[in-house]
Amino acid sequence: MTLRDVQVGQTVTVAKITGEGAVKRRIMDMGITKGVEIYVRKIAPLGDPVEITVRGYELSVRKADAEMIQIQ
Amino acid sequence: MGIRIALAGNPNCGKTTLFNALTGSNQFVGNWPGVTVEYKEGKYKNDKEVTIVDLPGIYSLSPYTLEEVVSRNYLIDEKPEAIINVIDGTNLERNLYLTTQIVELGIPVVIAVNMMDVVEKNGDKINTKKLSEEIGVPVIEISALKNRGLKEIVEAAVKAGKEANPQSPKHRFNGSVEHALAHIEELCLHNISDENVQRWYSIKLFERDEKIQEKLGLSKDVVDHIEKDIASCEKEMDDDSESIITGERYNYIGSIINGCVKKAVRGMTTSDKIDQVVTNRFLALPIFAVVMFLVYFVSVTTVGTWATDWANDGVFGDGWHLFAIGSSEYNDAADEFTANQLIVDGYDLIVEETGSEPTGDFEYPVEDEETAAVEYETATLDDYAAAKAYVDSTEEPDPADYGVWIPGIPVFVEAGLDAIGCNDVVKGLILDGIVAGVGAVLGFVPQMLVLFIFLAFLEACGYMARVAFIMDRIFRKFGLSGKSFIPMLIGTGCGVPGIMASRTIENDRDRKMTIMTTTFIPCGAKLPFIAMVAGAIFGGAAWVAPSAYFLGIFSIIVSGIMLKKTKLFAGDPAPFVMELPAYHWPTVGNVLRSMWERGWSFIKKAGTIILLSTIVVWFCTFFGVVDGAFTMLEEDQIDHSILAGLGKCLAWIFLPLGFGDWEATVASITGLVAKENIVGTLAIIYGASGDVYETMRAAFTDASGMAFLAFNLLCAPCFAAMGAIKREMNNTKWFWTAIGYQCGFAWVIGLIIYQVGSLILAGQFGIGTIFGFAAIAVLVYGLVRKDKYNGNSISGINSNSSSVSNNKIAG
Repeated sequence: MTLRDVQVGQTVTVAKITGEGAVKRRIMDMGITKGVEIYVRKIAPLGDPVEITVRGYELSVRKADAEMIQIQ
Repeated sequence: MGIRIALAGNPNCGKTTLFNALTGSNQFVGNWPGVTVEYKEGKYKNDKEVTIVDLPGIYSLSPYTLEEVVSRNYLIDEKPEAIINVIDGTNLERNLYLTTQIVELGIPVVIAVNMMDVVEKNGDKINTKKLSEEIGVPVIEISALKNRGLKEIVEAAVKAGKEANPQSPKHRFNGSVEHALAHIEELCLHNISDENVQRWYSIKLFERDEKIQEKLGLSKDVVDHIEKDIASCEKEMDDDSESIITGERYNYIGSIINGCVKKAVRGMTTSDKIDQVVTNRFLALPIFAVVMFLVYFVSVTTVGTWATDWANDGVFGDGWHLFAIGSSEYNDAADEFTANQLIVDGYDLIVEETGSEPTGDFEYPVEDEETAAVEYETATLDDYAAAKAYVDSTEEPDPADYGVWIPGIPVFVEAGLDAIGCNDVVKGLILDGIVAGVGAVLGFVPQMLVLFIFLAFLEACGYMARVAFIMDRIFRKFGLSGKSFIPMLIGTGCGVPGIMASRTIENDRDRKMTIMTTTFIPCGAKLPFIAMVAGAIFGGAAWVAPSAYFLGIFSIIVSGIMLKKTKLFAGDPAPFVMELPAYHWPTVGNVLRSMWERGWSFIKKAGTIILLSTIVVWFCTFFGVVDGAFTMLEEDQIDHSILAGLGKCLAWIFLPLGFGDWEATVASITGLVAKENIVGTLAIIYGASGDVYETMRAAFTDASGMAFLAFNLLCAPCFAAMGAIKREMNNTKWFWTAIGYQCGFAWVIGLIIYQVGSLILAGQFGIGTIFGFAAIAVLVYGLVRKDKYNGNSISGINSNSSSVSNNKIAG
């Protein structure tokens, strides 16, 4: 399962980040690394991107990029 | 000896507030060479020996974004004496991630834990002493907003800089990573004397950082050898090297934080509550619409228009009433006088033309100043008698009799030049060339400042990030950012502030794309021209104006989709992993400073090009050969001007678009000074031989008229907007690419409209028609072709950053 499939209001734990290059590095730089907890806060009014809470702050991630984040 | 201190930290950590608080007004704002990333430097208020450099806000020192590359190149190559690492006390975990990388650079670091006032208010506790011990560098609590700890932090940084004894990072990676790092150091870094720097390079090589490989000039053998070390470590850890390093850094931070921070248990913060409403599924769009309407209404419709009218028609026009007192009275009086004068003039015209006085009702022409449209109204003989009596008994109203009248700069200058008996050529150069040129530069500034206040406020309070969040889904399809919405919205009023508004877009590629396409939207100055074409060629058809806007939107979408697949915009898709910062109330000082910086940079950077171009076009318009002698021309002698000659030389370019005559070409050129000039020029040229609209109607077919309109709407904008493009691109090559693309695109669209239009409307088929369809085919190909550059390289950043390593800073 990836972050894309998570319902709003759920908290999940990251298992692995797939993909490569700038997007992957950016995702990790922002604190989404193996083992961290992510709370899915809301979806943008037009259906994309999603807002998550990670390491105590708010982050906006596109659904396409959320697919790179595998969760336990 | 002077000391240079670099400020490094995440975006939204309060770095800019700290920088402003430390340097006051002693600032120099420019760009890093060749790129649009802002460079700021200033002298410390209390000690002019201390120079403070504000690095761009960054999350990491990765090689993937321009800001990060610029920052790390500066830190490695320029080696400032010390770094103040500003971290947001309310968000220690992510902020410390950058810290773990910065302390590895071999430059003394002091940490400023900012926003301590908020931390305390929240009831959180940060044990800075322990934090300092854990990381191995001094940690100082500050609040840039409340001026707390500022002296201490600079003192600490200066002390660290003078001691020049950089910390050695306390953090050690997992054994197998350290093993690989040692191998790498031994293999290719032993000639670097500084152990810390050696370690930093080895970590970067372990992460397979191509920029560092390039910088060190490693041979393929060495890279392959390193690759083996990395691969074996990756195998052991079952992850890739970048993930290993990042993960370990965050784990390390986690262990520090546990010992140093106590968070108070609390429910939702105010910011959370605001966000719940503002980006609510149902309320977000209405709120967005209201905010945008407000921005537009104030900065374009009301205050912005007053400001622009005041600057253009007042200060750089005839003059203005102080505090607008007496303005409306004067206007009423002037309107009444003009209305009567028109009737008298119309009567005299008939007498002049027919030789006899009208015996009954007669028609007289009324010309619309903006669009040069002429309408006929009917007057009775009684009307004439009343009008004649009014005109004879009343003097033309003088604005100076109403309120406090301040004459415009041109009036002053003209009076001065007349007084010293200046000759006409010099007078013309100064008035129509220089003063008009300066007016073109400064005329937009007041409106721009109004807009910049809004932008600075929206950015500082945190709503701008939400704009991107809300609009992202629509705009990213065209290679634009959600934040591109604002430049385009403002562009409907005036393209100049519109382009300047693109500054809020962080991503380099999104920003460039926005700059290139914003002026496709018809701005206010193009409206009179649209009205003129609609009135003269299409009999006042109501569909012309809306179609101009559709054409603009269509062009943005088509250009966005086409351009993002070209080599120009090649590279990895921009990672849209964006922080949504907590809402907070910005300080007045910071908002005003941001407004002023942007306005000033427009004057400074765009001013020269606008001024020079205006002078050149003035010269070409008012000089030419009459009866074999080169001389200065009157306004209605434009057909003898250099410009007309130029128009005749260039007119063939527009033959395939159906308006290959010099008149239309010249009008397009004068439109570059200001788009509303097209109307004036056409009025002069076509007005020479009778009714402007009728002559114009005869000169164009429906198809060529539409092509003419489309070309002028889409081609290079006015000089002021071009100056803004140059300013924002900060790169000559990109500037010409943008202008060239706009003109080329406008030409192709004009070609399609004329050729296909002629086929449909008039059944004309020829070689041009084939080219028209070929152009459509090319556009469609550009739209649907596979995006072969997408995601396979970072060349987009590479091409730019080669100039970043250059040490000189562009003013």
